[in-house]
Amino acid sequence: MPKVIIDGFEIEVPAGTTILNAARQIGGDLVPPAMCYYSKLKDSGGKCRTCLVKVTKGSNTDPRPMPKLVASCRTVVADGMEVANITSPEVLDARKGVVEFLLINHPLDCPVCDQAGECDLQDLAFEHGSPKTRYEFERRTFEPIDIGDKIKLHMNRCIMCFRCVFLADQLTPERLHGIMNRGDHAEISTYIEKAVDNDFSGNMIDVCPVGALTDRTFRFTSRVWFTNPVLAHRQCNTCCGKTILWMKGDEVLRVSARTTFYGEVEEFICNTCRFEKKNAADWIMEGPADISRHSVIAQNHSHTMQVLKNGVPQYDDSQKPTPKVKSEIE
Amino acid sequence: MPQKIFLEHTGKADLTQIEHYLKFGGYSSVAKALNTLTPEEVVAEVKKSGLRGRGGAGFSTGMKWSFLDKKSGNPAYLVCNADESEPGTFKDRYLMEFNPHMLLEGMIVSAYALAANTAYIYIRGEYWYLIDILEKAIAQAHAKGFLGKNILGKPYSLEIYVHPGAGAYICGEETALLESLEGKRGNPRIKPPFPAVYGLYGCPTVVNNVETLAAVPWIINNGSAAYATIGIGASTGTKLISACGNVKKRGVYEIELGLPVEEFIFSDEYCGGMANGKKLKACVPGGSSVPVLPAHLLLKTEKGEPRLLTYESLADGGFKTGSMLGSGGFIVYDHEQCMVRNTWNFTRFYRHESCGQCSPCREGTGWMEKILYKIETGKGNMADIDLLWDIQRRIEGNTICPLGDAAAWPVASAIRHFRHEFEWHVTNPAEATKPGAVYNGNLLSVV
Amino acid sequence: MNPFSEKTMEQIAAIIKKYPEGKHKSALLPVLHLAQRERNGYLSVETMNEVAAMLNLEPVEVYEVATFYSMFNLQPVGRFVLEVCRTSPCCIVGGEQIMDYLKQKLSISEGETTPDGLFTIKPMECLGSCGTGPVLQILEKFYENLTEAKIDEIIADCKQQHAVLN
Repeated sequence: MPKVIIDGFEIEVPAGTTILNAARQIGGDLVPPAMCYYSKLKDSGGKCRTCLVKVTKGSNTDPRPMPKLVASCRTVVADGMEVANITSPEVLDARKGVVEFLLINHPLDCPVCDQAGECDLQDLAFEHGSPKTRYEFERRTFEPIDIGDKIKLHMNRCIMCFRCVFLADQLTPERLHGIMNRGDHAEISTYIEKAVDNDFSGNMIDVCPVGALTDRTFRFTSRVWFTNPVLAHRQCNTCCGKTILWMKGDEVLRVSARTTFYGEVEEFICNTCRFEKKNAADWIMEGPADISRHSVIAQNHSHTMQVLKNGVPQYDDSQKPTPKVKSEIE
Repeated sequence: MPQKIFLEHTGKADLTQIEHYLKFGGYSSVAKALNTLTPEEVVAEVKKSGLRGRGGAGFSTGMKWSFLDKKSGNPAYLVCNADESEPGTFKDRYLMEFNPHMLLEGMIVSAYALAANTAYIYIRGEYWYLIDILEKAIAQAHAKGFLGKNILGKPYSLEIYVHPGAGAYICGEETALLESLEGKRGNPRIKPPFPAVYGLYGCPTVVNNVETLAAVPWIINNGSAAYATIGIGASTGTKLISACGNVKKRGVYEIELGLPVEEFIFSDEYCGGMANGKKLKACVPGGSSVPVLPAHLLLKTEKGEPRLLTYESLADGGFKTGSMLGSGGFIVYDHEQCMVRNTWNFTRFYRHESCGQCSPCREGTGWMEKILYKIETGKGNMADIDLLWDIQRRIEGNTICPLGDAAAWPVASAIRHFRHEFEWHVTNPAEATKPGAVYNGNLLSVV
Repeated sequence: MNPFSEKTMEQIAAIIKKYPEGKHKSALLPVLHLAQRERNGYLSVETMNEVAAMLNLEPVEVYEVATFYSMFNLQPVGRFVLEVCRTSPCCIVGGEQIMDYLKQKLSISEGETTPDGLFTIKPMECLGSCGTGPVLQILEKFYENLTEAKIDEIIADCKQQHAVLN
């Protein structure tokens, strides 16, 4: 199995593993952010350019560095490869640039966006962006549209990750929406008004990294950090039936698929589970969902502080990878 | 007399008619290759000739061919890139219009070398009238037994088809071209895998420019050694240069690589000097994507040596003081042309042509265009110039395909060499926005 | 809407044969070209749906492609679409003045159609005619080395053509 060194940490991974996934196996701050890559969607990745890294040594057999920064989500490791992510000022600068590019046309409507609090772009901007914008022109705007009675498309917020298109291609019987036009006029659209409606279309909401596709049944109901995420399941003939219920008191405000540490859906769920089972009685509750303590959603929740040591709550980081490379360097 | 390969017989007869083409020895390389050479020997010949990709990248053609995956078990394809869309470039159009059989002959020999039985010519949709010329030529070649089943009675078969694009510069990028040929949006693929392994329909594929393929018959007929004696160093053979802009005689010229730039612009055999008695201010020597050079750096390198039309000489000095041979789209500017307006024009082009797939190019090209328009219309400030620099720097090298670089380089080089013009627009907006107004304080770089 | 002519259907059948079995999606671009020519120079949703059915594609696949390529018109256009190059090599030899003259002569802006439905001005990026610019294209025909007098001629020719055909 090839061995690769990322920011000084060595790991052995199966042949064919990408740099990004090798980094995820190491964990910690050296994991490149990814806005378009989605491990469960074939052909995803390579587009947003936030996961660019520098390959300082190609492999043991060909040690030459790669001439340009590469998308770590689409570049496969080779034995002896050495990669610099947060140890490379060049990478950090390029990433800062990418964040700026992603934000110049993105509206500052987080206060009225249902995705706020669980938005990958917010996190990315917070961690890698600048506090000020240098863009002074009018932003590209589109009217929000309903694609069916369950999903809202706010094209203004879209970062063109293509995930929802891959999802429609790979998970649903027919694809009704796609990418229209090109360049900075490119947009996600059905071209003619059409409802995207099939058993699995709701998963487009979960794979969308921003607030471009949101759940109309949850629209403006609550800020997500005022809800309690609860793991639950039900017997479902269409999907796995394993979900997270976003609850306020006994009320189920929203249902979504369960996600991994890197925010990817574990198993896709059907629209019946997502949109139509809004009674607590529809579900068998399992307990509080684990929310990263770095997330704003975790702020009001005591269950993230499970272990008491000498009467002092301790954060449970056992599920999280340990290396904290950035702080060590700084 | 300088050696001519492509244009030796054009003008002497209507070469779109196969009878005329045959009279000048046409299709003899097909017979020679099929009768006396193995495919590997053809590849070796082309490799030894030093022929380099004429679409712009200048990569060794023989090398590219040798990367073709022969073990995949899938059929191999040869695709001719006739999407010529690089502003300033119109050489392939000329070649296909006046010497279409030379392209077909080159494709037959090349496809034989690659063991491909199907080849496509992907031609930009705007060249619709050429499709007719090419398809007639294909039919004539069929009738003479140079195409189809068992060519010249040998156990080798080939069909060539013409496929039109529909208006997208990006389809000149080879993986975008393949996507487009598959009937999709022209979004470049993420490489690797390269087309040699995973190309058209997932099969091993070689994509070559029109001019590259058209050079192959001469190499096979006259030998790689003869070809390599033309030109200088690693720039072997002849090259079509399409000259446009403010020269007296615009048009397509075939030159031996190594011709001094000064001779090309000023000699009567080529461009015949500047038009209307004006002065040479700047030049984009290899299609809009390559860095623009001010007159003094165009004619001489930083070291003071004469600049030659070769891959190496034009790149001498790196991007600080050099440029690239690129596609051979030679755009000449006289002293009445405004470099800010020109840069804005190019950037508008790249914004229009960005596929929109990756964020630096999709967002960055539009942003640059807006800033350049702001400066051009007299509303810019000094910080805008630095911001432009910063944006182009963060696009370059960070995109999926080279369109990002192609959009960044014209901006970077214009600021590098003509920063005073940008500043003049900022400091003298009233004067700079008058129609046809041009900064004339930089006479140093006017020849 | 009239069905495609027999000749067009024959051409389409021939186009599909150029590509390997099962790769008929490759025929999309050439077929859209033919469809646009036959349907008044633009691709309506109905036309695109028809093409989708013909090539056994999802309609959205056709919309995606048609909106990507600048030669396809998605809105009704004039009888003569004047595709005028606006890129640098043409501009530095008078392309901008030609565009201005054309706009003034037809009293319309870029992207607009004359009220009589005869002319649309469509700005295009580099048409590969830099050595003979300024240039405009009407369908496959290039009009090169344009001057104001040549523009007058072209417009008059088109009008005459229109009169003869009607």
